Amino acid sequence: MPKLSRQEVEYVARLARLGLSDDEIELLRDQLSAILEYASVINQLDTDDVEPMTNVLPLRNVMRGDQTAPGLTLAEALLQNAPDVQDDQFRVRAILE
Amino acid sequence: MKADLRYDPVIGLEVHVELNTTSKMFCACRADVFGAPPNTYVCPVCLGMPGTLPVINAQAVRFTVMTGLALHCQIQTHSVFARKNYFYPDLPKGYQISQYELPLCTDGWLEVETSAGVRRVGIVRVHLEEDTGKLIHVGEHSLVDLNRAGVPLMEIVTRPDMHSAEEAYALVTHLRQIVRYLGVSSGDMEKGAMRCEVNLSLRPQGSQELGTKVEIKNLNSFRSVRNAIAYEIERQTRLLEAGTQITQVTMGWDETAEVTRPQRSKEEAHDYRYFPEPDLPPLALESAWVERVRQELPELPYAKRARFVAEYGLSEYDATVLVEDRAVADYFEDVVRCAQPSVHAKLVANWVSGEFFRMMRETGTPIHEVRIRPDDLARLIALVANNTLNQTAAKQVFGVMWQTGRAPEVIVQELDLGQISDREQLAALVTRVLAENAEAVASFRAGKATALRFLIGQVMKATRGRANPQLVEMLLREQLGEEQ
Ligand SMILES: [Zn+2]
Repeated sequence: MPKLSRQEVEYVARLARLGLSDDEIELLRDQLSAILEYASVINQLDTDDVEPMTNVLPLRNVMRGDQTAPGLTLAEALLQNAPDVQDDQFRVRAILE
Repeated sequence: MKADLRYDPVIGLEVHVELNTTSKMFCACRADVFGAPPNTYVCPVCLGMPGTLPVINAQAVRFTVMTGLALHCQIQTHSVFARKNYFYPDLPKGYQISQYELPLCTDGWLEVETSAGVRRVGIVRVHLEEDTGKLIHVGEHSLVDLNRAGVPLMEIVTRPDMHSAEEAYALVTHLRQIVRYLGVSSGDMEKGAMRCEVNLSLRPQGSQELGTKVEIKNLNSFRSVRNAIAYEIERQTRLLEAGTQITQVTMGWDETAEVTRPQRSKEEAHDYRYFPEPDLPPLALESAWVERVRQELPELPYAKRARFVAEYGLSEYDATVLVEDRAVADYFEDVVRCAQPSVHAKLVANWVSGEFFRMMRETGTPIHEVRIRPDDLARLIALVANNTLNQTAAKQVFGVMWQTGRAPEVIVQELDLGQISDREQLAALVTRVLAENAEAVASFRAGKATALRFLIGQVMKATRGRANPQLVEMLLREQLGEEQ
């Protein structure tokens, strides 16, 4: 398996909102490539006739009835955790639509 | 327009429908979040706190299957939730639980009616996901309210089978009617319970190749859907005629200016890295259960309309008006069921779509708040049919019934409105009126037909409108004839 390119690492970092230094990019190129290399062993298997598995547990149809229960108070939800609050809402830097 | 002859619009829709379950999609928070104070319907699950686990709301699954069945879809016996990964402040977990490869419903269709006739529009899929929170922009900042995060959201994707703004409009309004009939959503676009995105491209007429696809968002009303599509068709036609390439872009509809404008996209890459949601075991719906849900589906609008025409002899138009709202249609049928056999369903239809609708409109009363009981309305209509009440008096009684919810007979008695059909009583009155109006009698004799109308009016006036007008006319003609 060819080593990941710098661009691929930068792209994944951008999706994950990670700011990486040049050194970190190089380090992660090696580490991520090694992980993919390791996982690629599975590609050797012929899985043409195998149904894709989406969950390892033998569970199906785990559902709850449509009933409500009290959640968190505003203080618990917001004030204890949010770094920035205004008018009972989480405040973030402006998002432009 | 020349332009319309050269380019054929190809339109597909993605419609999001908020399901009106009691609780959210994956947690027990209340789901009726519209108008609730910010961040009061939240819990660790919908806030995406570490260590929490989602559990599927069975009612949301049922509602989605009901919709899929109403849209003639295949209900998948194996269905899986998936994570759609992106960062945005209205999405607390950093991913939305949605469905990707294995949605609940696939391959359906829906008929729409336009001035061009009935057309069948394909449904690609109906899947279930969770809604995001809400952002309000204030200056340098955006404020996040997560009440809506986790509310069950159903996504309906059509095939690009529509070719005009009118067709797309007909489809979304029919979809709203269906979700309301099923009772799975309010379908209220203005309140965000139904949202619509349009995919539109133009291709030279006769060509099978699709043009460049433009997405239109921010459509907050049914009117916007129609107007935005019409505008975008015109804009793209102008560009193509000028030889300009269409660029693939997302446009936002500016409702005030009535134009589309390019929008900045949420995630520049649109790389959502979907993968099966490890926290939710797959759904394996039993076909027996699906069949039961199918059996329990209510009668849908087109079927109900056809039945009203066949069973009650209503015109297509009357039936369409009455089935618009399921509760109104039920009310109409309740009145028909309560009515005496002599009261034709057509009469009931006239009352419901006439006075009844007028009062609903004028007073802004929704059907479930109407105070008139169906059997009371049935008896009021019977009072007119058997000539106890004339039309004018009946409307007066109806007005009081609307206000008070009281029985028509009581009101008739109280207001002393009963129609006078007593022959002798009226004959005496007619004699008096003829004696008092010699001039009119003379002009009637001189061949002036309108004089008879005047004389009928005089009798009606003398009885404060209660005289049976047919009988009055007959008696007048009799007495005028006798004197000749
Ligand atoms: Zn919750």
